[in-house]
Amino acid sequence: MTEGQKKPFIVREIREEFPALRQQVYGKNLIYFDNGATSQKPQVVLDAINKYYSKDNANIHRGVHYMSQKATTEFEEARKIIQKYIHARKSEEIIFTKGTTDGINLVANSFGELLSPGDEILISAMEHHSNIVPWQMLCQRKQLVLRVAPINKKGELIIEEFDKLLTKKTKLVAVTHISNTLGTINPVKELVQKAHAVGAKILVDGAQSIQHMPIDVKDMDCDFFVFSSHKVFGPTGIGVLYGKEDLLDRMPPYQGGGDMISRVTFERTTYNELPHKFEAGTPHIAGGICLGEAIKFLSGMDIDAIQAHERELAHYAQDMLDTFEGMRIIGEAKKKTSVVSFIMEGIHPFDLGTLLDKQGIAVRTGHHCTQPLMDFFGIPGTVRASFAFYNTRQEVDTFIEAVERSIQLLK
Amino acid sequence: MTIAEKQQDIIDEFALFDDWMEKYEYIIDLGKDLPAIDPSKKTDDRLIEGCQSRVWLDAAIADGKMIFTADSDAIITKGIIGLLIRVMNNETPENVATLDLHFIRDIGLQEHLSPTRSNGLVSMVKRMKMEAVKQMMH
Repeated sequence: MTEGQKKPFIVREIREEFPALRQQVYGKNLIYFDNGATSQKPQVVLDAINKYYSKDNANIHRGVHYMSQKATTEFEEARKIIQKYIHARKSEEIIFTKGTTDGINLVANSFGELLSPGDEILISAMEHHSNIVPWQMLCQRKQLVLRVAPINKKGELIIEEFDKLLTKKTKLVAVTHISNTLGTINPVKELVQKAHAVGAKILVDGAQSIQHMPIDVKDMDCDFFVFSSHKVFGPTGIGVLYGKEDLLDRMPPYQGGGDMISRVTFERTTYNELPHKFEAGTPHIAGGICLGEAIKFLSGMDIDAIQAHERELAHYAQDMLDTFEGMRIIGEAKKKTSVVSFIMEGIHPFDLGTLLDKQGIAVRTGHHCTQPLMDFFGIPGTVRASFAFYNTRQEVDTFIEAVERSIQLLK
Repeated sequence: MTIAEKQQDIIDEFALFDDWMEKYEYIIDLGKDLPAIDPSKKTDDRLIEGCQSRVWLDAAIADGKMIFTADSDAIITKGIIGLLIRVMNNETPENVATLDLHFIRDIGLQEHLSPTRSNGLVSMVKRMKMEAVKQMMH
């Protein structure tokens, strides 16, 4: 297949590439609807993990021997693959992290050092705890002010209120691209423009979007973009922080140690250039290389077909769920991804999730690390079905039957 | 009835079920039957927060025996609470504090009491044992 030529998207065939989908739980075929929590891995990624540890395992950046140079080359190749995929200008702007949460903490601790008492950070009311708590901690440390842009009952950002809270005092906006609980897709390009107009920087949390849509950080013009490998068909334990070069250059290092230094003496230590300045210690080498494989795999797919398929699944699921009396869909934004959060009147999400589990269906229940959202909607939690391109309409049918059966037992 | 007998009774009841849905149907019925805790007792100090479901626990002692009443906002949790109370009620504090609730494993519900499971049940059992130990220290 030549570059640019996409594999035709046939769900049945794609599923064959994901071994984890071919199992039974409690004697039933697994229906994996928890892709918002983590994605399953294609065979090419599994093979790459095996190959790395069987043949190519060596420490990187430091060695003179063959295996070390090979591992270094592969790791840096992966960095370039990711750079190209998200359209970053330079590979120096791709920092490997432990994941989204680690990336946000890096920005909070490093960029945060450049801020002064009274400066403001603006987040939204739909954020995941990982895009709330690091900022709360930073604000406490540096006497900053945290502002929260409200949402409406459909789960959409209220732009007029956002505008009011965005002032010359705002130094950083941190906002999710797609809400993990609601599925809401935020108008990030517009938010970036607004942030820049008042002289603020903006971090976009791409944990949920990286799996579902093409990302172009140049076009978006965000200052920081974070995501996790495990949510985009790669291994756990590694992620990416994209940052604009001139900004990352101005930021002090986050963690100290090997690799991020230039010269160490007990009197004075100087730091390495980007990206290594922010990559202390031995990274998850296999993770980085295999994330590269995952991105290559995704790049080879027909993204339009994927998006159409996921959209159709989500609409179908939502329409079918709506036929149940007392059903409440949480998150009805005009622009949504393939996530359906719901709660049934008089039924606790935990009860419904447990019964679905026993029928082989993996969904997530609870507050989804968005407790403020649950408080806003006045609910203890939701049941969340989050689809990926390897899910099928038949799976949604089975899921609906299982929901029906569960409701009958619980009412 | 001894603790061993109480636990065996439950194991025998659950042995009658063929599949998971039947087991859970039974647990749900137990949950529906469990009397709700007195609303006046749904206080913050009796609340045990969990990631998935909340539990309220009231512990008392009468004639040297522990008496527990509990409630939850999730029915399955309530059903399991019903089973736990069946075993732990009317036992001495010493028995409650040292009790091995093996019946839960034997009926295949260990996931609900696994320390990694973030529901209120694990914390509830810990609290029940702590209440028993408190009584032992009096």
